[in-house]
Amino acid sequence: MHKKKPRLTKAKQPFHFYTRLNLIEFTGKKATNLRELVEIMKEVPGSVIYHHTHHYLQQHLYLSPEPPNDFAYWVTYILREDELGEEIASIDLCEFSTIRSLREKIIETIEEHLARNPGTLRTAPPGAEFHFFKTITFILPTPYIAGDLLEFLKALRKISIHSIYFHMFEAKLRLEKGENDFSRWIEDMLKEKELAREIAKFDPYTFTMEGLRGELCRLITKHIPGEIIECQK
Amino acid sequence: MSKISDYESIVGAEVINELKMLAKKLKDKVIQNINSTSVGGGVAEILGRMVPLLQDLGVDARWDVLKGGEKYFQVTKKFHNALHGRKTEITSDDYEIFLETTKENIEQIEFYGDIIFIHDPQPVALVEKRRYLKSRWIWRCHIDFTSPDPEIWKFLKSFVEQYDACVFSAPSFARPLPIRQFLISPSIDPLSEKNRDLSEEEINNVLEELKINRDKPIITQISRFDYLKDPFGVIEAFRLVKKYVDCRLVLAGGGAVDDPEGQKVFQEVVEKAENDPDILVLLLPPASDLEINALQRASTVILQKSLREGFGLTVAEALWKAKPVVASAVGGIPLQIAHKYSGLLSHTVQGTAYWIRQLLHSPEYATRLGENGKAHIKQNFLLTRHLRDYLLLFLSLEEEEDVIYL
Repeated sequence: MHKKKPRLTKAKQPFHFYTRLNLIEFTGKKATNLRELVEIMKEVPGSVIYHHTHHYLQQHLYLSPEPPNDFAYWVTYILREDELGEEIASIDLCEFSTIRSLREKIIETIEEHLARNPGTLRTAPPGAEFHFFKTITFILPTPYIAGDLLEFLKALRKISIHSIYFHMFEAKLRLEKGENDFSRWIEDMLKEKELAREIAKFDPYTFTMEGLRGELCRLITKHIPGEIIECQK
Repeated sequence: MSKISDYESIVGAEVINELKMLAKKLKDKVIQNINSTSVGGGVAEILGRMVPLLQDLGVDARWDVLKGGEKYFQVTKKFHNALHGRKTEITSDDYEIFLETTKENIEQIEFYGDIIFIHDPQPVALVEKRRYLKSRWIWRCHIDFTSPDPEIWKFLKSFVEQYDACVFSAPSFARPLPIRQFLISPSIDPLSEKNRDLSEEEINNVLEELKINRDKPIITQISRFDYLKDPFGVIEAFRLVKKYVDCRLVLAGGGAVDDPEGQKVFQEVVEKAENDPDILVLLLPPASDLEINALQRASTVILQKSLREGFGLTVAEALWKAKPVVASAVGGIPLQIAHKYSGLLSHTVQGTAYWIRQLLHSPEYATRLGENGKAHIKQNFLLTRHLRDYLLLFLSLEEEEDVIYL
């Protein structure tokens, strides 16, 4: 009697891998103290807040798993407000599914600090002002498409880190989808609820991008029957 | 001449594929670059590499050069100095010569591009032609714009404001302007003579020619002889290190031949070295790219102890060779070095000496910094990233949104 061969669930709709490329634009605005910083933060587009909380991560994503955001860096190292700097740095980006709510949290943190410390407003020295930039994001398709978990794993090993970045970070926060694209497809199309949940509960901000790729591959491999993995070797 | 496919083994197929995808979106556009010289100078060097690579990607990029007489170039040299913040007297005759040459060029140059990409201040006023054309105009400022002389900036600003967009190299160079301003960092070419891989034999040959013995750790600063590069501070830091670790210092640079101040600084550095056999001060002739490459690769630690810096691409060159770098936190250097991850940032002579000693005593840490530094340069400061930013810049001219689906 033949042993039934394990088969992978085929998705009704395949996963199309996209990537994103960024261009940085200067807004022309700059702040010299906390009050100016907070006022400008209230009026700039969301792409500015996104830039200053994520660009370090994008530029150093293979180096350090501890991305400081620009606001925390400036407050700590230029204004020398260490306590506030730490408060801003420790805002948990994972908790936010919209730029608006993230912006409100940073503003609230600074305003509470200002209320606790009336009359002490430190000024940045000339040349060290906070310059506001924004990220313009270009989203484009890649040739990689996956119809099942094995194809997904193979593509994941090949796509650029920009593509991983796009589906894990940008889709959730900037495009306000509420969760990352990988979890959603794995749950909706492959019905692999446990794997989807495991990926969804990642804190991607605590990995380097290659570390994140490795961890995703490890988790997905666990959910593919051993015989199928063996066949691919 | 390098082809875009030559870069695939360095940056990966994905990066090259992304460039090809972007280039496809521009296939109907003609990009017309205009600058003031076809040879010599950094901008001509960049265009000489970028234009053929854009063409290789399928973008119709072309390059025209503005014509000017000796008087005109004397005036633009004055502009250049004033924009770098040096006190320079510019007369009404100078402005007249500048505008007259611009007018002659407006009549002579054929403006055929869909996108007219003007490089640096010399051809900036060609934008006066814009009102008769449908093309998009971009001004690319390659120079250090930290503190331009207000008078000359006021004059140039009246032209810059007529562009669709302008591009600066570092955040501190950006100015308040009513047009869109983009930030695009400069880059290094990993296949150039200054950065290509060298064999041990090639490195040894160069060091033999330069009479540098590799018997002890070599600490190197490559920069022209200029007070702003702080060669004296480098020697002081080296002497602090030498108290504890036997090592050798190499201060090497070119560009002093036609620069009277450079010659003077070189002499002062030689005097400061006080015939110490472990301090080598080398005046390199122009086009010493192979020598610089070999020197960097033979070094144990590389310094860039500048007091002021434009972008400081020598740091990127050193990091690309996976060398641990100690550099001042000025100009574009903090963009290239994340302190303690991809290099070390210092602020004083003592701090520089402290970090050099740390690196010499902890070779594993030094190796890790160098490897991280190389990864950072690969991701952010190679020519392919620069090409990508230019392609995105051209595409962004037609878009107002912050998220663009291509």
